[in-house]
Amino acid sequence: MAKAKSSIKLRAKEKNGVTTVKALMSHPMETGQRKNKKTGENIPEHFIQEVVGEYNGKVVITTSWSGGVSKDPYLSFSFKGGANGEMVKVSWTDNKGGSDSNEVKIKGKK
Amino acid sequence: MIDVKRRVFLKGSAAAGAVVAAAGAGLIAPQAVLAEWNEAAFRSKTVADAIKAQTGTDATEESADIKIKAPEIAENGAVVPVSVSSSIAGVTAISILAASNPSPMVASFALGESTVADVSTRIKMGKTGDVIALVQAGDKVYTAKKEVKVTIGGCGG
Amino acid sequence: MKKTVVAIAILCVVGLSSTVVAKNAADTTPAQDIETYRSYFTKKFPGVPLQEFSNGVYAIDKVSRDSWEAIEEFPPYEPFIEEGEELWNTPFANGKGYADCFKDGPAQRKNYPHWDAKRKMVVTLPLAINECREANGEKPLKWKVGAIASLLAYMGYESRGQTTNVVIPEGDADALAAYNEGKSQYFSRRGQLNFACASCHMQSSGMHVRTDILSPGLGHTTGWPVYRSKWGNLGTLHRRFGGCNKQVRAKPFKAQSKEYRNLEYFLTHMSNGIEFNGPSARK
Ligand code: HEC
Repeated sequence: MAKAKSSIKLRAKEKNGVTTVKALMSHPMETGQRKNKKTGENIPEHFIQEVVGEYNGKVVITTSWSGGVSKDPYLSFSFKGGANGEMVKVSWTDNKGGSDSNEVKIKGKK
Repeated sequence: MIDVKRRVFLKGSAAAGAVVAAAGAGLIAPQAVLAEWNEAAFRSKTVADAIKAQTGTDATEESADIKIKAPEIAENGAVVPVSVSSSIAGVTAISILAASNPSPMVASFALGESTVADVSTRIKMGKTGDVIALVQAGDKVYTAKKEVKVTIGGCGG
Repeated sequence: MKKTVVAIAILCVVGLSSTVVAKNAADTTPAQDIETYRSYFTKKFPGVPLQEFSNGVYAIDKVSRDSWEAIEEFPPYEPFIEEGEELWNTPFANGKGYADCFKDGPAQRKNYPHWDAKRKMVVTLPLAINECREANGEKPLKWKVGAIASLLAYMGYESRGQTTNVVIPEGDADALAAYNEGKSQYFSRRGQLNFACASCHMQSSGMHVRTDILSPGLGHTTGWPVYRSKWGNLGTLHRRFGGCNKQVRAKPFKAQSKEYRNLEYFLTHMSNGIEFNGPSARK
């Protein structure tokens, strides 16, 4: 098989001194309320609880989520600063202790 | 590669200007970023309890300086795009609640000092109801709301 | 279920007063059909530019378009494009790969579906993908979801901007027969609820059925594969055909059956001149 891929797709773009980060994560985001159609039992909660965005090693946003965020969740945020080629990192942790992170270079004026 | 072929839509981003200006002037307080997942807020069954658990107060003030971008009618309650931005100075946290969900608190964002008060995500809504934005700045809590009609609920199958 | 019947019963009033396309599939030529089909929709939805019809219901409904545009900011199909590219670049056990079958690269949408005169059948892109695999000793992929959808997403993405141009070879009676079979299927009422594709996607396009607004049938083949939030996954065109058959309680045909390939042949021909823009996101 192909090499393991990050569960996070990430883009970061700088414009007029503000960097906008967009992240799409692969995750079921189960609320615990949904029933398994075959067994009739509730599918256990399984959702991302925390997403952290970092720029140059500094935390710029800490996001807390419930299972009320959609499946394959999306997050976008912006911060002042950032320049072409600098790194932005996004990582998540879910309620079962699962986690992942990914990094991307900022695209901006060279 | 992806960039060239991506669909692009023209749209105004009116809110952005004001927000950037606030950040530029260094008005955003260097409040520490929250850490712990706020169990009490997320498990609250009412909007009032959730707000209290999130902010520590129930004294909120409606503000016209909060913009909620969400569809009037959700195409599919399982995926409702919501953006919240604010031109209030010194925003440290933004939360999004879906008033008619069994647990209204859906997301909260703790912002760093250089972070712009403008966040987007996609949420589930079980039925028609208000999307409430909660903005914390200094020791004040501001709110705004927008109704989203839901025809296909997003909490069931 | 009950609700569906009621909603659909309302639709029935509109009925299929088919002056649109001749009773006998063979009465008009494919070129005439395109003309009739296209002008039906451009008259029904005046203000909508031809290319916009590739966006399904979002071409005609502002409210759902808003949500869609927000979702296109970072569309849920993007990870599948990347996965498809990896699959495309992963060699088969015999060392060969897809590029050995598709000599001019992954941007293949413009070449499919096409009439294979030797085998006297319509060849669709998913069929060609699996034939490529089998020719190289690999197992065929499942038709409706999974790896095939990802490959189609990558190939579709690389094909964005190509224009639909399905040719019904002139003078080939078998090709014309396959096309006419697809066309008859489109206009024939089926199922317990007695609906044709055209009942919903022509006559009733723009109307509500339960929680849906019916999309115009013009451009229906251009945006595939599609990530449907309802599926929570990426799926193929024939998966959708099956779903639409089931909605009227008709027994669906198998994905890549002769019936659905001929239907795709007809329906894609109707969209000639419209750009491919798959993969897409739908609710
Ligand atoms: C009872 C009405 C009904 C009938 C009959 C029907 N469909 Fe559909 N179809 C729908 C609905 C509802 C949708 C989802 C909303 C939309 O895009 O129109 C849909 C969606 C589609 C789509 C996806 C469009 C897009 O842009 O995502 C295609 C393609 C399609 N139908 C083809 C067909 C074909 C081919 C047939 C005949 C085999 C058919 N439909 C019969 C109701 C119907």
